[in-house]
Amino acid sequence: MTAGYWIEHYRAVASAAGILFVAGLYCILFSRNLLRILLGTELLTKSVTLLLVLAGAVTGRVALAEAMVITVVVLEVVAVAVAAGLVVGVFRHHGATRVRLLTDLKG
Amino acid sequence: MTYVTEALLVLLALVALWTVQTTILRAAIGLALTSALVTALLFEMGARLAAVFELSVCAGLITVVFASTISMTRPIDDAEAARCRARRKRRFHPAFFLVALVGVGLWATGYALEVTAPAASAPLASAREVLWGARRLDLVGQLTVLFVGVFAVVVLFKERAEERAGEAGDRAGARTEEKAA
Repeated sequence: MTAGYWIEHYRAVASAAGILFVAGLYCILFSRNLLRILLGTELLTKSVTLLLVLAGAVTGRVALAEAMVITVVVLEVVAVAVAAGLVVGVFRHHGATRVRLLTDLKG
Repeated sequence: MTYVTEALLVLLALVALWTVQTTILRAAIGLALTSALVTALLFEMGARLAAVFELSVCAGLITVVFASTISMTRPIDDAEAARCRARRKRRFHPAFFLVALVGVGLWATGYALEVTAPAASAPLASAREVLWGARRLDLVGQLTVLFVGVFAVVVLFKERAEERAGEAGDRAGARTEEKAA
């Protein structure tokens, strides 16, 4: 599929990416579980990935978009691994993964 | 737009909504499904290398990390699960409307990008050339972040291993004292 095709149909893909973004943001804002918040950030990243490649497809620079997506994926997996370790640490310390428990540094 | 792409986009939106509203283990599976659908879309858009990365790392590795983390944290009992389910339904009920509103709004406003199609004769670089040529500095950043991540995970789990070793030592000491008594 050519760049012209994606210029013609970019709106559908951008809308799907927007829905992903809103779902992720909603998950972050309204969840109290640390794992679920982490999951919300993952959804946000998926949305960004989709938009990056869409931008590449529309401008005819898919290779550049691919390079950026690979960078995003590497950062994403490191962030998830560290965050998962922190969640396990929080669970071992507090016995639960609720955000409300994390008030040690409050005030 | 082809039927395949349309179906993928609709499925992507539905799976994302399901992921947000279901239980945590199912949500991890939903995230993997979302990644798989994003992979198919990336493939449709011609980003094949990125699609392979997305499928192997995001749908595979990250799902394993999520499942491991869920298994390492405490499973809740039935009563608490029922309470959580009710709370989740109440909390995420507006999400459907909000997401539908955003989707329809984006579609209906007819937002337009000022984009012109690239010249057909423009040379197409491969992702490998871009990554190892123009974006070489990104690789340095990636390596740095990878090392930082590895060290962070090692430090996080080393402390716990030391704690466990200390606890095991205490238990062994107590047993020796009991035997001596």
